[in-house]
Amino acid sequence: MSQRGLHWGIATGSIALLAACNQVQSALAPVADESRAIERVWDLMLWICGPMYVLVLLALGYALWRNRGTGHGRASDRTLWFGLLGFTVLTAGLLTVLTAQSYVQDRRLHAPVVDPVNVRITAKQWWWQVEYLDADPSKQFTTANELHLPVDRPARIELRTSDVIHSLWIPVLNGKEDLIPGHANMITMTPRKVGRYRGQCAEFCGLQHANMALDVRVDDPRAFAAWQSHQRMPGNTPTTRATMAGRNDFTATACAMCHAIGGTDAGGVVGPNLTHLASRSALAAGAMPLNRGTLETWIADPQRHKPGTNMPAVPLQPQQLSDITDYLMSLN
Amino acid sequence: MSSRFRSDVASIVVVALTLAALLGGCERERREYHSSPTATAQPHPRLSTLQPGDMLSAPMDPVGLHFENNAYHITQGGRLYRWFNCNGCHANGGGSIGPALMDAQWRYGGRIDQIHASILEGRPNGMPSWRGKMTDQQAWQLSAYIRALSGNVRKDAAPSRREGMRATPPPTRIPSQPPRSGDDSAQTVPAP
Repeated sequence: MSQRGLHWGIATGSIALLAACNQVQSALAPVADESRAIERVWDLMLWICGPMYVLVLLALGYALWRNRGTGHGRASDRTLWFGLLGFTVLTAGLLTVLTAQSYVQDRRLHAPVVDPVNVRITAKQWWWQVEYLDADPSKQFTTANELHLPVDRPARIELRTSDVIHSLWIPVLNGKEDLIPGHANMITMTPRKVGRYRGQCAEFCGLQHANMALDVRVDDPRAFAAWQSHQRMPGNTPTTRATMAGRNDFTATACAMCHAIGGTDAGGVVGPNLTHLASRSALAAGAMPLNRGTLETWIADPQRHKPGTNMPAVPLQPQQLSDITDYLMSLN
Repeated sequence: MSSRFRSDVASIVVVALTLAALLGGCERERREYHSSPTATAQPHPRLSTLQPGDMLSAPMDPVGLHFENNAYHITQGGRLYRWFNCNGCHANGGGSIGPALMDAQWRYGGRIDQIHASILEGRPNGMPSWRGKMTDQQAWQLSAYIRALSGNVRKDAAPSRREGMRATPPPTRIPSQPPRSGDDSAQTVPAP
């Protein structure tokens, strides 16, 4: 490799490593009890396996160097015996420590929790449906591609899928957990730090697997309660001519076949719930940022931005497209 | 020399034929996501051979054949079947308050363009019109899937797997039942 190529290699390699330093989507920056437990196992493995690797290499190097001139070694049987015994005891002991640590931390991941926030996440090709469950049906609500959790309170998340196997991975909160067709998995997360994080599907699930992100917010309890009560409200009533026409077009055309907007006739459950679409930051499960321009191009031709997505390009007149976009942007 | 030459030619021919057969499979799985967002008026397919005067030929819409022979479109139709609540009336194809779709009998024709017209235009006694509620491509995908429910699908196009769980066997395992016109319920005399 040329000098220049080597420099380029080192530079790109360092950038790739730096990506691990982000605090938004990294298992090395845990902010929940569960992810911290996982990181403790990770740390211990690093501190045991790293030195052991060096030790083995040193022993190998020593063996090569020592016997270079003399041929086969003539160490006394006794030394060899003690050396081997010591190494075996060390290996077995360290493996026991690792197993014990793994067991203890694993208990933490599955410890029973009190007063959790109950959430059901249903993975679909290629987005996340997020339902907040409550014993009182009037307090339940559905959103999409965003997960809000209160800080210092455990969340019990039921994982389901409506099509193929997906896997939910929010590295700062917990490890990966698969979503299996016809089966409900449970995962617990107890976030300890307010912030904005990111989750991602971690099991190849089809063409747009890469564009299947989950926007995760950990809020303080008051902000979370405010967000919850806002999400339970029906969508904003249109007031201008454009938004009123937009609502009519939305409920009269193919849009309402798949999407629901609270407070209107649109009640489809196949696509994401759009009751508070404009309060989200991203569109199409993180495929693009949400603003009026991206929303309009998305509706006009979804297959250009996310090829293979189940949303079709619905035939709309330019005026209808503009009105529907105005209406959806008013749903904050 | 000649026998060796013949065997060489034979093996080349066999390899070429195998490759050609494999190439045929490419079209089967071609995934066409992009549909033209412009609405086009659909011709009305004939539902009956009865007519005054001489017999006219009723050519079939060639678009239908394209959807019928594509595994992706058939699978996608199976998803739409659930999503648009077709199973609400037709169950998983066996019929409920709507007629069965997995038998050979068709009131309004069992060709794909006739099924497509039935979906978009609706039919008397309960079948609603879906025009404007789904795209034309979705209606064709649904029609292709409904054809496959009664085994009217080419063996090389029938998808053997599905996106999600279903109660019915995969299209590869459904016996073929050629469509015939009829309406058994119209033949039975209602009880007094």
